[in-house]
Amino acid sequence: MSQPHAQPMSKATRHVSINERLLFEQSAPGKRGMELPPCDVPAVDAVEALGVEFSRGPVEHFPEVSEIEVVRHFTRLSTWNYAIDLGMYPLGSCTMKYNPRVNEFVARLEGLATEHPLQPVELSQGCLRILRTLEEVLEEVTGMDAVTLQPCAGAQGEYAGIAMIRAYLADRGNPRKKVLVPDSAHGTNPATAVTAGYEVVNIRSDASGRIDMAHLAEYATEDVAALMVTNPNTVGIFEQDIARAAEILHARGALLYMDGANMNALAGVARPGDFGVDVMHMNLHKTFSTPHGGGGPGAGPVAVKKHLEPFLPLPVLVEKAGGALGWDAHRPKSIGRLRAFSGNFGVLVRALAYALAYGPGMVEATRDAVLNANYLRKKLEDVYELPFRQPCMHEVVFSDARQKKHGVNTMDIAKRLIDYGFHPYTTAFPLIVPGALMIEPTESESRQELDLFVEAMRSIAAEAAETPELVKSAPHSTRVGRLDEVGAARKPVLRWTPGE
Amino acid sequence: MRYLPKSDAERRALLAELGLSSMDQLFDSIPAACRLERPLEVPGPFSEKEIIDYFRARAGENAADHTSFLGAGVYNHLRSVTADALLQRGEFLTSYTPYQAEISQGTLQAIFEFQTLMCQLTGQEVANASMYDGSTATAEAALMAVRISGRQRLVVSRALHPEYRQVVDTYAAHLGLVVAEVPFDARTGQTDLAALGSSLDAATAAVVLQSPNFLGALENVPQAAELTHASGALLVTAIAEAVSLGSVRPPAEADIVAMETQSLGLAPSFGGPFAGVIATRERYVRHMPGRLAGQTTDAQGRRGFVLTLATREQHIRREKATSNICTNQALCALAVTMHLALLGKEGLREMAAQNLAKARYALAELEKLPGVRRAFTAPFFNEVTVEFPASVRMINQHLLREKIIGPLPLGPYFPEQTKRGLLCVTETHSRGDVDRLVTATARALEAMGRGARAAVPAEAER
Repeated sequence: MSQPHAQPMSKATRHVSINERLLFEQSAPGKRGMELPPCDVPAVDAVEALGVEFSRGPVEHFPEVSEIEVVRHFTRLSTWNYAIDLGMYPLGSCTMKYNPRVNEFVARLEGLATEHPLQPVELSQGCLRILRTLEEVLEEVTGMDAVTLQPCAGAQGEYAGIAMIRAYLADRGNPRKKVLVPDSAHGTNPATAVTAGYEVVNIRSDASGRIDMAHLAEYATEDVAALMVTNPNTVGIFEQDIARAAEILHARGALLYMDGANMNALAGVARPGDFGVDVMHMNLHKTFSTPHGGGGPGAGPVAVKKHLEPFLPLPVLVEKAGGALGWDAHRPKSIGRLRAFSGNFGVLVRALAYALAYGPGMVEATRDAVLNANYLRKKLEDVYELPFRQPCMHEVVFSDARQKKHGVNTMDIAKRLIDYGFHPYTTAFPLIVPGALMIEPTESESRQELDLFVEAMRSIAAEAAETPELVKSAPHSTRVGRLDEVGAARKPVLRWTPGE
Repeated sequence: MRYLPKSDAERRALLAELGLSSMDQLFDSIPAACRLERPLEVPGPFSEKEIIDYFRARAGENAADHTSFLGAGVYNHLRSVTADALLQRGEFLTSYTPYQAEISQGTLQAIFEFQTLMCQLTGQEVANASMYDGSTATAEAALMAVRISGRQRLVVSRALHPEYRQVVDTYAAHLGLVVAEVPFDARTGQTDLAALGSSLDAATAAVVLQSPNFLGALENVPQAAELTHASGALLVTAIAEAVSLGSVRPPAEADIVAMETQSLGLAPSFGGPFAGVIATRERYVRHMPGRLAGQTTDAQGRRGFVLTLATREQHIRREKATSNICTNQALCALAVTMHLALLGKEGLREMAAQNLAKARYALAELEKLPGVRRAFTAPFFNEVTVEFPASVRMINQHLLREKIIGPLPLGPYFPEQTKRGLLCVTETHSRGDVDRLVTATARALEAMGRGARAAVPAEAER
């Protein structure tokens, strides 16, 4: 008798996906998907209330669809997406880990989701306590002295950090001119330094993928305000000389900024505050599991050492005598306000829910994340080129050097992964590895899922050698093939118009 | 731990494959001096039940049982549970930025729809996929005007939301930009256009104003645009209350619109996450920050969407990018798209009309109280500055006893206006809510009057 469930199972099978037009293309006059309670005060005429010059008629071509159509529309669209909930999402440096549903539940609670940021502070103590508790957790995890939760995302956290460095140095007489950025850094680092008024100097990595210390010593002149370093760096390797880098910088009056995008490799194992970092940001949508949501919202808290505390963005959460919490907005040395109100509160709630679920056990997640990355490295190093030989932390970077011989590059391999039921890894980054395959499994993957990924990657390596065209024309299983990006940029169509 | 999908036996098996015997060995590349040799001192671990209990307890320490008349950039409007249910589909919630277009068409088509809706609302030609919020969108819009014009000076209305203004100041300071302020007209509450005219010069990159402005007044955007354009500068118009666009003429003459979309389907959530958006004219699109989805085709001619014009962005251009923004507020923008799809053309018009009606009802009822009057003459949407015969802060103390959060006192923002408050009334307020506010205010004024009269003899005795 056959036993279907005992058969070996590959990850993906094709199934029908339903087509769906744009909202605007299914609109018909008179339909609606939401009704309001009747107005219980005297109606007013808009034109009369506002005057002709300030009023408008109905918004032209605005959608008119019913509730069931809206439900089907977005449900159909959703099935066109890959998601963590469907499987491994090995995007290097993006930390696509499981997003617990209880976090969604608590962020929507009446009394949290309903609260207005300008309501009296004595009626906001619950919100403020959540913020203060998260600050304390982040201070302990990073080993830093103070935290601001204001920044909306990592890039704004970087901005806050570099602005604080600038304010600190200016306060001591000279803001200086340059920020050093390793060539392996995320693009946000140089972009941030410029936004904060600095000139960017790129410094190179050595043969092992780490910052070239001799190069750093040479470039860390009196003109330099800071070094922005990601640790572990973007090739997944811990910067072992980080404490020495801090010494070199500090001796010359400069500061050390750490991009905490890769904190998922360190939480509970090592603390930036213990190895010389002056200021750093974290991405709560990475390490602390808040959902990426197709590109945001995130949150980018910044942690600082004591000497930078006076420069924190406004307002600063303070605990008053008697334990009541409040905002302090009178801080003359502050870099100022980064955004209206008090940060991406709903995201911060989710991050705290995540931290509370683990408690000190957060370190187990860190260990599993590093274990998974090293397991993948071990299982794939004989078929993909490993540019740096040392053990990795939470992510591993290969290159497409061997597949290139058959005309197959990292993007082709990534696209082919889709046919095997996986989201691609990060391609062509970091820039210091030509044809990079940057793979971060996170702690959220079971052995079964990891093994399916290994099987897929090994199978693609074989295809690259035997049937390269199959890989180069992938994906073959998606509702659309590779899209014409050049055409999209050359003649941009950025909105629907009725003529089409 | 329930989030970790491995048994200890599986861990040991994986370690064995690596030739390791302990998890600690995985971290041998971290120098001992950098290692933390003790457990983290943080609260937890909590089961799901304990997490829920913890946050319920915190929620109980807030103002959920109060009726609030606060607006000032964060608005309470009706939202459908349908949108929230759709939003929580894992394929939206747990997907990444749609760089891999073939398996992100759902997110990409929704962004394209969001961009279209934002253009329709604002009267502009292109809109991006979102910014962090209205305040940062306003600051980024100002920086965009600096890039387009090559000029270094910003002229900002005093009636711009004070927190938006502070954000503009922060971003301007680090780039060495000059920020000048123009006052608002004491009678109308609108930006003083005569003062604006005389403040403009050949160095001015942009004029930044908000409509409805922080005082609730609708700005005369066409006239402001004419003045601004005459000096070769760009007009940036911020919109904090987007529902207004259901009845208020859009700022089509503005060169850049920086809008907060919170009021289109997002919860107040103590100030975030929201979604800002920048909308502008086609000719400025390459100066615009933030992600953009564009329509294109695959080799077989099938329609699809991709992130496009990425050569403006940091991951391609690094230090030459238009902004350092990377993560935006995609899920919030999606929530807005869902909400607007449900609300539709007629629902938006009706919601806006109810806001007009309720705010006017509340104002008329309050004006029946002695000494209470509207502070400015300009047309308003759902927020209006009201002048009281006493300190708004003091009145609000009385209202709190009746579980009412009264109008926002303007004193902290404009020291000369301690007796004025910004009142916001939306379709979520019933007539009964408004009547309760009015009677409670009457009682508060009466009690304060008695207190003041009682205080006179005491004063005289001294």
